Amino acid sequence: MFKLFQPNKIFQITSKAPKYVLFLFVVVLSVGLTEALVLSPEDYKQSDAVRIMYVHVPAAWISLGIFSSITFLSISGFIFKNKNFFLIAKSLAPSGFVFNIIALVTGSIWGKPTWGTWWAWDARITSMLILALFYVMYLISWRIYENEEKVFKISTIVTILGIINVPIIKYSVDWWNTLHQPASINILSKSSIHSSMLFPLLIMTAAFALFSLLIFLMKYNTELIKIKNKGLDRL
Amino acid sequence: MINELLFMNGYGVYVLSAFSFTLLSFTALYLVTKIQFVKEQSKFVAKFGSLNTEKANSAKSQRINKEILANATNN
Repeated sequence: MFKLFQPNKIFQITSKAPKYVLFLFVVVLSVGLTEALVLSPEDYKQSDAVRIMYVHVPAAWISLGIFSSITFLSISGFIFKNKNFFLIAKSLAPSGFVFNIIALVTGSIWGKPTWGTWWAWDARITSMLILALFYVMYLISWRIYENEEKVFKISTIVTILGIINVPIIKYSVDWWNTLHQPASINILSKSSIHSSMLFPLLIMTAAFALFSLLIFLMKYNTELIKIKNKGLDRL
Repeated sequence: MINELLFMNGYGVYVLSAFSFTLLSFTALYLVTKIQFVKEQSKFVAKFGSLNTEKANSAKSQRINKEILANATNN
């Protein structure tokens, strides 16, 4: 089954896909921005400040999702001795890190009008900051180590340590008294968010997911060409 | 109408700066990734051009190399 994921085979698809993904991203983002900034209602408590949610929440969701995927891929890379898993994980990291920063910065901007402060050492915010540090460590590990085996090992250790933080981020609002509000959207129980706000939120999430797919494809293609460049040197 | 849209009951500066930061981050990440991609592609084309016929034919036997060259020409 893993033969299907061999770089030589999937490059045909990954090299052509970015332009279509970019087009789709622009369309979905345009719809999302119109919904988020114009059509969606203001909140009865937070008024228009609630609109920050449409960038803050999808960014946080996707950065958590990407980190979990990186951990899964890194561990799978070790189990199945497949270098391509590491390459996919490495290509996912830049967009995950940027989404993490977006979640922190937009959260800080949202905090000022709602809590009266740009920053608080609250459990949710601090654990998101720790996730950003794990992203930095992961990205640095790929830059400083030349030896392939060593990079695989170090980057996987970083992700395993970092993944411990993911459930802490998720449940921090339930385990501790935090300034950050509890989750409004639950998969297993009834969500407390109204459909008029849920719809734009889902569209913006789709747009952000398409953007991370676009960056992943471009980065993955770059990594494959880098490998092929080394191959030409060896000829 | 436009004033109302920008003012957002006094929260406009917060909302618009959050959205602007997001879109600027997207643009920056896209451009950095694109530049890295184009740089590697150009390096590949230059290296390929410097190969002798025998080595070039051997490299061309790999489908992925042919794809990279074809994409570079299309871009």
